[in-house]
Order: sequence, then C-alpha cells, then structure tokens
Amino acid sequence: MIATLAAASLIRHRARTALAILGVAVSAAMLLDMVMLASGMRESFRGLLLSQGFQLRLSPRGTLPFDTEATIRDAASLLATVRARPTVAAVSPVLGGQLHFPVGDSTVTASALGVEPAVQGDYELVSGRSPTAPDELVTNDATLRALGRTVGDTVRAAAGYDPQLRTLSGERTLRIVGRVRFIYLALDQRAVALPISTLRAVNGPSSAERISLAMVKLRPGADIERERSTLLALLPRVTVISTAEALKQVDERLSYFRQLAVILGAVSLVVGFLLVTTLVTVSVNERIGEISVMRAIGVRRWRVVAQILLESSAIMLIAAPVGLALGLVTARWLNSILARFPGLPERIDFFLFQPRAAWTALGLLVLSGILAGIYPSWRSASLPIATTLRQEAVG
Amino acid sequence: MTAIVEVHDLVREYRMGDERVPALRGVSFTVHETDSVAIVGPSGCGKSTLLNLLGVIDRPTSGTVSIGGARVDQLSDARATEFRLRRIGFVFQRFYLLQALTARENVELPLAEAGVGSAKRRARALELLEYVGLDRRERHRPSQLSGGEQQRVAIARALANRPALLLADEPTGELDARTGAEMIALLTRLNADGTTIVVVTHDEELARAAKRVIHMRDGLVVDDARRDPADLRVEPRGVTPEAHER
Repeated sequence: MIATLAAASLIRHRARTALAILGVAVSAAMLLDMVMLASGMRESFRGLLLSQGFQLRLSPRGTLPFDTEATIRDAASLLATVRARPTVAAVSPVLGGQLHFPVGDSTVTASALGVEPAVQGDYELVSGRSPTAPDELVTNDATLRALGRTVGDTVRAAAGYDPQLRTLSGERTLRIVGRVRFIYLALDQRAVALPISTLRAVNGPSSAERISLAMVKLRPGADIERERSTLLALLPRVTVISTAEALKQVDERLSYFRQLAVILGAVSLVVGFLLVTTLVTVSVNERIGEISVMRAIGVRRWRVVAQILLESSAIMLIAAPVGLALGLVTARWLNSILARFPGLPERIDFFLFQPRAAWTALGLLVLSGILAGIYPSWRSASLPIATTLRQEAVG
Repeated sequence: MTAIVEVHDLVREYRMGDERVPALRGVSFTVHETDSVAIVGPSGCGKSTLLNLLGVIDRPTSGTVSIGGARVDQLSDARATEFRLRRIGFVFQRFYLLQALTARENVELPLAEAGVGSAKRRARALELLEYVGLDRRERHRPSQLSGGEQQRVAIARALANRPALLLADEPTGELDARTGAEMIALLTRLNADGTTIVVVTHDEELARAAKRVIHMRDGLVVDDARRDPADLRVEPRGVTPEAHER
C-alpha cells in the first residue's frame, strides 16, 4: 500500500517528478564527470607509460624525457652498462630531432624519432612494416597527408633547412615502409621514425653517439625502485625515472586540475542533496494535511516516513542511471574538445570511466538524496495531528 | 448497557504566549455501546477539542478518558496510533481522502496498516463500499466523486477495522441539504446496526437524528439530553444494512 501511495504520488505530480529526476540526473552527470576528470588524466597517463612495458626511463640529468632538447653523450657505453644489468630485459634508445621534407616549392617539417626498430616503444604499426634498412622510415597520418605520399613512396629528407636561403642540408632519400601511430605524440603532430643510426647520419657529427632518452624494460619480478637506485648510482650523468616517479610528477603538475574537479564534484553532490531536500520539503509541506489524516486513522509514523523516503529513493534510483548515461555522453563530448589541446598525446583521456569510482560517486549521491528526505518527513509525521488538521481545515 | 466512553473531569488548555486559554474546563460524561451522541454548541465551545481527545489525537491537560475500558489519555504516540487504528473510526468534515488512491484503496488503507492480507482487505473494502452504496465506484479517485460520495467512502474507511467508536466532526458540513440528509440516514442506519457514534455538529437535522444530544458552552457541558426514541428520524436510503456485520 505504501508503494502504491508513493507511486501514485509521483505519478500525480508528473511534471515535478520529471523535473526532479532531470535535476538529479544532471547533478549526477556532473558528479560523475568530475570523478572521471579527477583521475582520468593520471590513469590515462599511467596506462600510456606502461603500455609498451618499459618501467624505467633515462634522460639527461635534471630533465624529464623530451622536456628539453638536451641529449646524453657517450650513449654506447651508457647503453652497454644498462644492458649488462642482469635484471634488464631490453633497452630502447631514442634520439629526437627534426626532418625537413621538400614538397614542391615548400617544405614540410616533422618531428623525427631515431629508434632501434626491433626494441622501440614509441609507435604502433597501423599498416606496412617497421624499418629494416637504413633508408627506411615510418610516418603517421598527419605527415603522410602533409607530404601527399603513401606507404611505399620515397621522400627526400634533410636535417637542416635555412628558411632565408631556402636551402636544405644533409639531404637523403628515404622510403616510407609503414604507417604508424605515435604513442606519446599528439594526433595532429607530424612525425616520422627511422633507425637511430640514420638520424644520426643525417644530423651529422653533432648527434653522433647521442641519445635523448633510453627506455628500459626489466625482467619479470625485478624490483623497479631498487634497479632505479642502482642505475642512478652507476650513471651520474642521467636522471632515471620510474613509472611511479613519473606519475608522481604528473600528479604534482595536475594537482590544481584535480582539486578543481574535486571541488566541482563536491558542489554537484551538495546541489543534488539540496535539490532532493527541497523537493521532499515542498512535497511534505504540500501534504501535511494528508499526512495528519493518515496518522489520525492509525498509520504509523515510520510508515509515513517510509512512504516519503520511497518516493525520494525512486527519484534517485531513476535519476542515477540517467545521470550515468548523461555523464558518459558529456564526458565523451568534452574529451573530444580537450583532446584538441595542442601537444597532448593521442591516447591521453581527460575523462576516464572507472567503474568503482563511478558507482561510489553515484551511490553517495543516491544515499545523500535518500538521507535528505529523512528529517523533513519525520518532522511532518511528528506534527500534532489535531492542531495540524484544524489548521488545514481553516486553510 | 456497557460504557464504551468514559470521560471524567476533562480539562484541555492551550498556551497562547504566556497565557493559558481553556478549551475544556472539566467535562464528564459516559457514552454507552450502540449510543449515538451529537455534541452541539456555538463555535469555540470546545466540541472539536473534545472529539480530538476522544479520538486520541490530542492529550488532555488533566482528567481522564477511557474507551472500551482502557485509559487512553496518556498513551505514547505508538500506542495511541495502534489504538486509533483498531478501535476508533474517524470521519472528517472535509472527507480527507487520499487523492492518489481509488475509493477502494482508501478503504483498504487502515486494513493494510492493520496487517490484513490483500485478498481479505479487498473483500472487506468492497463489502463496505457496497454498504455505503458505492460498490460501483470502487475504482474512482476522490476527484471523480461528489462530496456526498467522498464522505461515504470516508465512512467506509472509518469502519474498515470494525472500530468500537465512530467519531465524526461535522460530517454534513460540506454537503448540500439533500446529500446531508442521505448522510444522516447512513449514520443512523450504521448506529442501528450496532456502531457507537459520536458526532460534533452544527447541523440541527443531524443532531435531531441522534439518540442523545450534549450541549456545550465555554468548554463545559451545559445540557445532556436523551431523546425519546419515537422522536428519532430514521430515513435510510440506498444502503444495505446486512453488509455491516460486526
């Protein structure tokens, strides 16, 4: 009977019920988005760093990978030292630079990554194959579009370009053998990857025996932090950063962002709470006469409260999945906007759906909404019956 | 005859700021089983206050109220609620049906609260609606019923748990003369079938139909007269007395 009364009451005020559900759903969507935003970039970055299985990164002392144009000299001996470690499974050296491609009267410039194709962890092959010969390279779609070339074509590439004289230096012909997606680069960033020896050769003596970064994959079961400390001690010219350390630095850089998300999330929760409190209070005030009559004919106080709580619970439980869907759609839309932010890796997501966090947030909202109804409903069920009925009759 | 209501030296005062305003100033009377009592008097004389105390929805400042031999003037909220549910039937001037429920569901509400199973309460609700002449209106909501019909549903609801006492506060107050007369006939028949009734009213016709009339003024009983049975008006219309078996 209580369920009938609660359902009938919600149906009787259709418009108000619909608006309440919509209001709570919007609040739930915002809360969900903020929860997704608070941890999205961090988790996304973590996934990115771990995606190729490299746990340690070696960069020039005092820098983060590709934070500056600094490079590490005497790379061969450094790599030999690292590869000699029994816990190291693979080392992938990377040299960063630029290549210029003449296209008609103009020149297309792209980031160039010199890698060892057999152990590289910078790109994923989309079509074709990795370079196996010194005159081969792979490119992403942005570069192919700019060059007007396709896999199998050859291109002229140069390390240097003088824009005033419009002359190229260190030119050579390379063949495109694969289409790739660069893991750490932005989607629209023009980039190519080629054997590290080729890039060094194109660059000339300035980059001989140099690398920008070395990524290290440890054997299963290795203690990452201990290996990091050991490498730091062995290689004083480099900074050794583990995934955990990188994440810590990302956390520091994103702390304002996360605080903002937490504050906005808390605001959404409070808005949802206030919305339901207001709704229940209005609904209860409207029905004080009805509640007093129920009490007069012998309906127990807790059952009156239960009926009102059932109504608020129904609103919350209908609104939560609507909010979830709305939140996911909004997050996807916002993500597509934020992903256009220059320089961000393609795979970075601002909003990451983590079921546990999402359910916790929505559960908290539903619970707070239900709790919000307890006080006004209990108070109204405790009003003096005779006085209330007299006032209702006069009113 | 068995006393169903015993009221002794009942006082009810209300606080208005620092002042105490007496609504009842020492009322005593007894109502016997199958009695029908009309409490009359000018507005503000304490009629409704007295009815509220009999209905256990208010507490006296002093004095005692016993219903069916049980003291009810100092019951806790939970016990008072239970007592109202099982022993008291209320009929209000403004009907106060739950708008969200149908006529049948309104009648079923106290039965559900008393823990009666759905099949039994449905049968009981239909029986009562038939008794008040509304068996064909069971699925109508209050807004689809006339005032008289709503008051009949309210009476059926009040009778749901076979109460010891039916209390009615101006039951004809919102009805036109013809519908009011039908209501009086229904209450009279109900009393004839064994229900003890106490009504508060300004309606002379309703008071005339009661077996006993208590006159109140300024919070006191000033006259308590039993009528000659020959003077009582009984005009049953469209009701089936067999339906209400105690």
